[in-house]
Amino acid sequence: MKFTKMTALAVTTALVAPAVSAQEMTIVSWGGAYSKSQKNAYHDPYSDKTGVTIINDDSSAEAVAKLRAMNEAGNITWDVVDVVAADAIRLCDEGLAMEIDPDTMLAPAPDGTSAADDFGDLLVSECFIPQIVYSTTFGYRTDMVGDTAPTSVCAVFDTEAYPGKRSLEKRPINNMEWALLCDGVAKDDVYDVLATEEGQNQALAKLDTIKDDVIWWSAGADTPQLLADGEVVMGSTYNGRLFSVIEEQNQPVAMLWDAQVFDLDGWIIPAGLSEERQKRALDYIFFATDTQRLADQAKWISYGPARASSAPLVGKHADLGIDMAPHMPTDPNNAQNTFLYNYEFWADYRDDIDAKFQAWLAK
Amino acid sequence: MLAADGTPLKKSLARALRLQKMRALALIAPLLIFVLVSFIIPIVSMLFRSVENSIVADTLPLTVVELQAWDSDSGELTGEPVFAAFVADMVVAIEAKQHTRLGTRLNYEQTGMSSLFRKSGRKIKRMDPATDAPFKDKLIEVDKKWGDVETWRVIKTHSVRITNGYFLNAVDMQRTPEGAQAQPEDKQILIRLFGRTLIMSLIITGSCILLGYPVAWILANLPMRTANVLMILVLLPFWTSLLVRTSAWKVMLQQQGVINEVLVWLGMVADDARLVMINNQLGTIIAMTHILLPFMILPMYSVMQTIQPTYLRAAKSMGATNWTAFWRVYFPLSVPGIGAGSILVFILAIGYDITPEIVGGTKGVFISNRIAYHISSSLNWGLAAALGTILLAVVLILYWAYDKIVGIDNVKLG
Repeated sequence: MKFTKMTALAVTTALVAPAVSAQEMTIVSWGGAYSKSQKNAYHDPYSDKTGVTIINDDSSAEAVAKLRAMNEAGNITWDVVDVVAADAIRLCDEGLAMEIDPDTMLAPAPDGTSAADDFGDLLVSECFIPQIVYSTTFGYRTDMVGDTAPTSVCAVFDTEAYPGKRSLEKRPINNMEWALLCDGVAKDDVYDVLATEEGQNQALAKLDTIKDDVIWWSAGADTPQLLADGEVVMGSTYNGRLFSVIEEQNQPVAMLWDAQVFDLDGWIIPAGLSEERQKRALDYIFFATDTQRLADQAKWISYGPARASSAPLVGKHADLGIDMAPHMPTDPNNAQNTFLYNYEFWADYRDDIDAKFQAWLAK
Repeated sequence: MLAADGTPLKKSLARALRLQKMRALALIAPLLIFVLVSFIIPIVSMLFRSVENSIVADTLPLTVVELQAWDSDSGELTGEPVFAAFVADMVVAIEAKQHTRLGTRLNYEQTGMSSLFRKSGRKIKRMDPATDAPFKDKLIEVDKKWGDVETWRVIKTHSVRITNGYFLNAVDMQRTPEGAQAQPEDKQILIRLFGRTLIMSLIITGSCILLGYPVAWILANLPMRTANVLMILVLLPFWTSLLVRTSAWKVMLQQQGVINEVLVWLGMVADDARLVMINNQLGTIIAMTHILLPFMILPMYSVMQTIQPTYLRAAKSMGATNWTAFWRVYFPLSVPGIGAGSILVFILAIGYDITPEIVGGTKGVFISNRIAYHISSSLNWGLAAALGTILLAVVLILYWAYDKIVGIDNVKLG
């Protein structure tokens, strides 16, 4: 009897005890090398400074759905969430993320430039605090492309010059743009064309020419593995993944930066946190997105810091000792021909074009 | 007849029994509550979500009332009262940050609604419903889409609180002012996926029966000690992560993978004509058959264990051939195991999403992959719920058909 009482007491205490104690916060991110770079650049210094324990949760891939479910259940267990900009816009639209005032809530640059100016155009949503610029771009096997290495993204559609399989992401975003670009549409017109029924059909028709040669991926790790195994001759993925295949694993792979698509990743703070937790989350954000911290992250991963003032501070890789600046997607040599992910367009057209794209895939 | 204390015996007996029943109920109460909370309520709420659509009427209450009077077939734009009601509704909605949610909801039906509501919200915020009238021209100035009849037709069509729109979408149709219509052909995919999911689940169940039956038979007829060791081999996959097992198949089956390398080395396959065994339906069938095989073998094994070997000996002693003895005596006795295993495997297969996503390529994906997409990416939970409800209904119908044909009493797990 004594035992049961004790157990009952223990269980009740566990249930009643607040889920988040005063000195803990849960930060959600993507896991893998990316979370590691955040831990080194942000979490550890912040914990040292404030004594707050940071719990990592690798749920960013399902963050939008989970935040919505938490919101409906009225119990939000996350304090700061790392999402891509498109998801941040969605969360903001759904009222699931709190609005941020960059000038009062974010640190100014060391020279006094306000945060709003320092981030500039990258503040694509009222709720979004940009952290890195990454790009989706192609890598190719240097030993499988013959004597002439590809220099243009259109090599992807040229199966005569570059026979073999290629890997593309199993979604319309980026693929439709590349298809139109290689079908003779001028870069500035791509989204105008894609907004029309004929333009969408044109892009799918172009993709149709290589449909039998494509392996479609849904996880960022797929293309690096396919390249390393020699399953594909070229494939799209995030530039940081290619960096690790090339520099860390020394595979015979090279980057094809042409027509890379810039995208942003950053933080949001869930709406509806208690005042105390919100304050702590804002304090963390203020610390983790200042100029030095953003530059520090590039020591562990080849993504460009989102602040203009951080770029000159990017140094060497912490383990490999190589200069990181030339590996940034924003480096002038790499950024000769780029796209910026068109958030507004895809927020409108994603449902529609995705249905057509999936129907085309299943045909 | 009276009991010792004078009450009728029947009554006092019933009271004693009731007490017992209450006690029994109290014992199962934790489970009952658990099942209710974690199983019944989520399913009911999911079923409800597939028809629930109060967001339009809740966000734009005045507009919806005004739109009732408007004839959407007339081809004429709505009048000033609708615009005035709309601005009044939007000012409230913007304050509560509801207008962008509505935009997302309507964007499922009409491309462009999302940015229309987001952008217009920034400008309507500065309008005052009391003093700034009239609004018709002002709104059209904010965005010319407000002057498009189609915009208002979409709002009116989807303003009902209980809608069949999600179910129509789930079967490649759409809700329009003129009633249900087929989706344009280049967007039709879901019916095809339902069909594919059913057919491939049947194939997977079939191959599990073919591969599992001999294994279960051997296990059931070996001495206990050997059988137990072999049983570990059957159970081993259970203890390995699903993702690891699926990824292992990738390593095995891809064109530079183990099987192809061996075949090329043996000279059975030319180097430039390596077999394509993954990222298609074959890959999904192979990987899922492997993953679901234990669910087939275990019920078969436990049923076969109960079949007396003497029956077979008796049959043979009366002149039956090996085949006749097996087919007329042993097999009928093992059918309950096949039935139980098939139901388990089929129902698990029909709802699988990770494995088809990884090894299915384009032709080997299931309807559950679309459900997962609508839950986690497009946030169209209404459509996801409608798809899930249809899937549930299909499973229940098949279960009913199985009961009619084979009989559900004829299913045993041991």
